[in-house]
Amino acid sequence: MVSPKTKKLLMKAAFYAAVIVVMLPTVFVFYWMVTLSLKPQVDATAYPPSFFWFSVTFKGYVDVFAKNPFLLYTWNSLVVATGCTLLALIIGLPCAYSIAHWRQSGLALVVLAARIIPGISYLIPWYILFRNLKMVDTYLALILTHLVVGLPIVIWVMIGFFEDIPPELREAAMIDGCNDYGAFLRVAVPLVKPGVVATGILSFIFSWNNFLFSVILAGRNTRTLPIAVFNMIGYEEINWGPLAAAATLITLPVVILTLVIQRHIVAGLTFGAVKG
Amino acid sequence: MAEQSSAARPVSEVGTGGAGLWFSRFTHQNARFIFPAPAIIAVAVIIVYPVIYTGWMSLQEWFASSLTLPKFIGVANYEKILTGDPRFREAFFRTIWFTLVAVSIETALGVGMALLFNREFWGRGLVRTLSILPMMATPTAISLVFVMMYHPTLGVMNYLVSLLGLSPFKWTYSSASALYAIALVDVWEWTPLITLIALAGLAALPKEPYESAKIDGATPFQCFYLITLPLLRPTLVVAILFRAIDALKTFDIIFVMTQGGPSNASETINILLFNQAFSYFNMGYASSMAVALFAIVMGASLILMKVRRVGW
Repeated sequence: MVSPKTKKLLMKAAFYAAVIVVMLPTVFVFYWMVTLSLKPQVDATAYPPSFFWFSVTFKGYVDVFAKNPFLLYTWNSLVVATGCTLLALIIGLPCAYSIAHWRQSGLALVVLAARIIPGISYLIPWYILFRNLKMVDTYLALILTHLVVGLPIVIWVMIGFFEDIPPELREAAMIDGCNDYGAFLRVAVPLVKPGVVATGILSFIFSWNNFLFSVILAGRNTRTLPIAVFNMIGYEEINWGPLAAAATLITLPVVILTLVIQRHIVAGLTFGAVKG
Repeated sequence: MAEQSSAARPVSEVGTGGAGLWFSRFTHQNARFIFPAPAIIAVAVIIVYPVIYTGWMSLQEWFASSLTLPKFIGVANYEKILTGDPRFREAFFRTIWFTLVAVSIETALGVGMALLFNREFWGRGLVRTLSILPMMATPTAISLVFVMMYHPTLGVMNYLVSLLGLSPFKWTYSSASALYAIALVDVWEWTPLITLIALAGLAALPKEPYESAKIDGATPFQCFYLITLPLLRPTLVVAILFRAIDALKTFDIIFVMTQGGPSNASETINILLFNQAFSYFNMGYASSMAVALFAIVMGASLILMKVRRVGW
């Protein structure tokens, strides 16, 4: 017979075994991405695959930069994601404040609709418009279109933050001689700074990850990282080192930023419907 | 008269000063419209205008590659979608099937994992952090990794499958399995969302029903089926709603991994319409498909929102 103590220990071991088993696929894909990027060609395509023992090489990373203008693509992604995020914050924050403060729920619904409408239904008119204006392959076209992803996130997540500010604080600011604009800039925004950082990062990541809009509207000069990597697939079919290296390089900033704001991710992904 | 009234005014209101005061009074009284104004303008330009334009374009016949102007053809594009285009019909059922398969697996796994994680244990924070990463990682990069893992002869997936004693698959390289291989990527990416939402829901459940059920001698399974699941339903519906909306619109992972192939086996409405618009430049017909896809997504949302209110 097993003693109650042993039984408890066994239960605990079984529990942790279960946790490891369910988390294994998540970890494995990232592990495989990073190890493939460090393997020489022989090890990358070895069968059976080498899981732990392989010689490490940085040739994949060197190739990515040597054979592609990867720095330009990184710069493009940075410019577009930063531009989109700043613009989304500048016009989204006052709007979120206004929705929270004056209860403009109709406006909130319009913004929510942007989350439901398939992105591709914006893309056809944009393409025709930007083509006529000779604006395809410009940062401005990419920043404006990425705003469709960034702006709703900023507005919806920030509504929750602004609603959490006690109304007395705003009243106190008004008595001290602030008008609505002063109350917004000097009282409300400083109070929701953590939210601004979180939504800013969320908007940055969604713009950084965007594929659909950039694949049509980015050209030779403004090509962003996801498009660059997609174009590498064709002629690098079996040369896996650089492919995995490029995938790792794109994912790394996202992982770091995600870790910074992990408490707010679920709220961001569900438009504030679920507080993680 | 004019002289008199201007003399009666304070100095500051004369000339530009007057306009300045009027302006500050105006901005003060209309703050509730001025605050959201930039966002409203942005939404009008980048969201409302394109949507209306797409609706209008769906009534035209126009190839963006040709020099002829759009020709108004009424609802002919919609007639073609509904009756005359077997490829659209296949893409429609494929989209629905993909969504059903992916979202139901995600829901089952996600709830299961939430039940497993719904306790205090060492490493809970780490599990949470790891769960977030697949959702945020760049889909293009993840698709690329899966392209390499799915390779029929050199990929690691077939090795793992062989360890389980199964015969190898062709994954995205065969029309029989491509859609499921892509659904598996979606499951990998998005099961954590259901888990995290369900965990938030579980944390908010009341304790009393479980205590009285325990006194009544209910088994753990009965507790789950008769208490947890009904109480969790509103939360789960929200989670499924978000997943269904996005799964119907899935684009990145399909386009990067198969571009709808092999032989259209993974061509969902989104992929079909993207190719109509940007490979064939058939803008009118593609626009009508975009409207149809929007209608499908809206329909699914409304059905799910209704499920939230009525019983199972």
